[in-house]
Amino acid sequence: MSATTITTAPTTIDEPVRFYDLDEHAHPEGHSTMLGFWIYLMSDCLIFAILFACYAVLGGNYAAGPAPKDLFDLKLIALNTAMLLFSSITYGFAVLQMQQGRVKGTQLWLAITGLFGLGFLGIELYEFHHLIELGATPQRSAFLSAFFTLVGTHGLHVTFGIVWLVTLMVQLGKHGLVAANRRRVMCLSMFWHFLDVIWIGVFTIVYLMGVLR
Amino acid sequence: MSADPHHAADAHHEIEMPHASMRDYAIGFILSVILTAIPFWLVMERPFSAGATAAIIMGFAAVQIVVHMVYFLHMTPKAEGGWSMTSLIFTIIVVVIMLAGSLWVMHHLNTNMMPMPHDPSQLP
Amino acid sequence: MTPHPAPEAGPFLGRLSLEALPLHEPILVATFAAVVIGGLAVLGLITKYRLWGWLWKEWFTTVDHKRIGIMYMILGLIMFLRGFADAVMMRLQQVWAFNGSEGYLNAHHYDQVFTAHGVIMIFFVAMPFITGLMNYIVPLQIGARDVSFPFLNNFSFWMTTAGAVLCMVSLFIGEFAQTGWLAYPPLSGIAYSPNVGVDYYIWSLQIAGVGTTLSGINLIVTILKLRAPGMGLMKMPVFTWTSLCANILIVASFPVLTAVLALLTLDRYVGTNFFTNDFGGSPMMYVNLIWIWGHPEVYILILPLFGVFSEVTSTFSGKKLFGYTSMVYATVVITILSYIVWLHHFFTMGSGASVNSFFGITTMVISIPTGAKLFNWLFTMYRGRIRFDLPMMWTVAFMLTFVVGGMTGVLLAVPPADFVLHNSLFLIAHFHNVIIGGVLFGLFAAINYWWPKAFGFKLDVFWGKISFWCWVVGFWLAFMPLYVLGLMGVTRRMRVFDDPSLQIWFAIAAFGALVIAAGIGAMLVQFGVSIRRRKELADDSGDPWGGRTLEWATSSPPPDYNFAFTPVIHDLDAWHDMKRRGHQRPVTGFRDIHMPGNTGAGIILAGFSLVMGFALVWHIWWLAALGFVATVGGAIVHTFNYKRDFHIPAATVVAVEDARTRQLAAGA
Repeated sequence: MSATTITTAPTTIDEPVRFYDLDEHAHPEGHSTMLGFWIYLMSDCLIFAILFACYAVLGGNYAAGPAPKDLFDLKLIALNTAMLLFSSITYGFAVLQMQQGRVKGTQLWLAITGLFGLGFLGIELYEFHHLIELGATPQRSAFLSAFFTLVGTHGLHVTFGIVWLVTLMVQLGKHGLVAANRRRVMCLSMFWHFLDVIWIGVFTIVYLMGVLR
Repeated sequence: MSADPHHAADAHHEIEMPHASMRDYAIGFILSVILTAIPFWLVMERPFSAGATAAIIMGFAAVQIVVHMVYFLHMTPKAEGGWSMTSLIFTIIVVVIMLAGSLWVMHHLNTNMMPMPHDPSQLP
Repeated sequence: MTPHPAPEAGPFLGRLSLEALPLHEPILVATFAAVVIGGLAVLGLITKYRLWGWLWKEWFTTVDHKRIGIMYMILGLIMFLRGFADAVMMRLQQVWAFNGSEGYLNAHHYDQVFTAHGVIMIFFVAMPFITGLMNYIVPLQIGARDVSFPFLNNFSFWMTTAGAVLCMVSLFIGEFAQTGWLAYPPLSGIAYSPNVGVDYYIWSLQIAGVGTTLSGINLIVTILKLRAPGMGLMKMPVFTWTSLCANILIVASFPVLTAVLALLTLDRYVGTNFFTNDFGGSPMMYVNLIWIWGHPEVYILILPLFGVFSEVTSTFSGKKLFGYTSMVYATVVITILSYIVWLHHFFTMGSGASVNSFFGITTMVISIPTGAKLFNWLFTMYRGRIRFDLPMMWTVAFMLTFVVGGMTGVLLAVPPADFVLHNSLFLIAHFHNVIIGGVLFGLFAAINYWWPKAFGFKLDVFWGKISFWCWVVGFWLAFMPLYVLGLMGVTRRMRVFDDPSLQIWFAIAAFGALVIAAGIGAMLVQFGVSIRRRKELADDSGDPWGGRTLEWATSSPPPDYNFAFTPVIHDLDAWHDMKRRGHQRPVTGFRDIHMPGNTGAGIILAGFSLVMGFALVWHIWWLAALGFVATVGGAIVHTFNYKRDFHIPAATVVAVEDARTRQLAAGA
């Protein structure tokens, strides 16, 4: 090896240095999961960003078709928003139950969260059905394409959240609050609250701003 | 390494997870209800002009997103050795670039490009 | 303008029928025959030597980042041969189709060839190559035993492979897109591309994109969480730094591609109006969005190779890298800047002076950190004892070649110049100049550099040099004429030419392509010869080049667990520091090592996704639904498996490490 590089040698050179961790402990299983899942959520956020960008750019192109004012029923959306908000706090209760080590309580609150989620989806599907009845289909104009895709993608995420929720309830029943399951409860918690954050953007930009326009 | 996971592992035989409390969820929920109800009311009742209302509800949305991040997602500058916050800030920057950039670019395009008249004789 | 009308969809096989087989294309029939015969031969050999069980247990289901890395490299190499075949076909067509000749490819076929060439070279050659490289090297460089999510790593690989397979299937069943590699609408919309080509494009990229995104998340978390104790951010090897930035770019840009392609899918399958010409759609919005992904993508490709050049320059100059800190900051700055330049890909769209000026200036600004990097490499070499081994030769060739490509890039960043050069062969020459001169040369440097680490023997130098000179000379011959042609106004993707004075330039370019072909051949020979002579070329030390980073601290190839004891880091260039201060390799006190267990879930789930993708291409709805349910269901079933790890018993570790001790003693 070239000896020319010792110029920057640290001054501690004669102290005994440890080059290997002879007494190491394995990283606990799943120690990276929470960060990994958070970064996944960030990438998901960018998918929504693109859908928002499309809505922002194309949302005014009605192609002589219906505009937000003609279509959106804010009372329905307020109800829908309430559903999601309630599901957020009930998920919070599930986490609190988990922290106290209560399997049944966790499952119960997860189930209630799922019901609110289903309520949200039901209202959204009713809204979509209603719009399509009116002739405001996704094919009608770029505005409606962007609207259905943005709101629908959020709805799809909620659907997957509910599938995950049911899976998790079964897993909690099988294995109880083992470390892996606690981690999963926290990951789904992030997912669920993240969808709520996206919904803030949706109801503000799509519905409220739409009606204002 | 972030917050030395070895010690956390030794102490609890488990990994660090954000600790949630009833208080956090309650505060978050109440704030969220307020921050949701006011924009809906503003748009349904229209006490202000459209422009002002738009600005206000956008502001409320931004605040509510922060509320959710803090009280529901337990976001702190320290979580995961700061990487959660760093990745969030990076994502926000990228999102802002994408949204603002797309709007700017497409707006200029639409302004600069001549709208096609249905009657070709109207072309200048 | 479509050669075949869109086929009627049946209830059972959708649009799929015997007519999908391209029996009217003799070239494809011959290729198909060759692939079938070759494929059967390979399958027969595997069966004869009873390798299926070994392949399944040791490779297909492995979660070992090293093996997954090697599989990525093999995937990249196979797809590279396909992509290069497309390139040769284009060169041949363009030199042929003069003086009234139509050449030998009809428009339908030629358009698929140039589309497939671009798609394959970017998504299924460059991406697997760099992902494989990062997978193999990063955990070793940071002193980790594996990546953070080993199963996800296996799954990502198989999703990428499934995408590549779907793309290859289009060669023989149906057709590929005829739209160019980014499939701009309205051409790629259902009105102008009613057949399956664009659908193959969409679904192969979507399936591979899932793999790419997940692997990006995986590597980011690995680098953030699994660094050896003492390795602060500013003590990370440069390759790890550039990999981190490249993976950040992957995670923050591939979702954009996913979303944009999903919107194009909706336009094609559901009839929405995002990118259509009517009902308020805007095709230019697609161009805008896809380049928000597309520009970071080129930095995803080049950044890891900048890391490779840094490692190679420093190692073969026998010096610490000059300006490590500035190198790191330059990398981070490039990462951020890559998000605010995307419009330079479509200056001519018509956004006007203010928009074009902004993006022109930001583009030119990128040349500053890139230039800083080049100066750092040059100053590293300055007064070093440079050893011109193959990795260093590739690095020098890169510096000379890449600078030219960078300069033409700055030229293209000037909007008025771009209005002249847009979509011309000048652009083609530019990006081949940076991608071949940067990404490929970097990969070859990396392969020559790290091959001994992966396999325990060096690559043959003689054939390596032949390959090197053929590649470098071939590259200049093949692409400099395209600069000239571009300046003369020749646009890209042309199939026939009227002006006979252009032919000589195409002839030179075609000759260059043949020289490159010789370079590829020599490289394959190099691999073969080296494997045959592996005893002579063997390296027992694990550190054949006098390396400076941690991957050289372990044996070649590294044991399954990489490091029996996790290294403790005190300095940048950790391994150099350890050697310099006379570290003692521990030979006793080994313990059980906790490792992830193999799983077949990755390949099975990717297989389901492949079936779903194929069914969606052909509108076989029942099969698509089945594939979707199987993928999601399979994933859920996988989550019910809680036992995913095992311990390598201390006795095994002792045996492996004792063998290593004897090997080192014998080599000393």
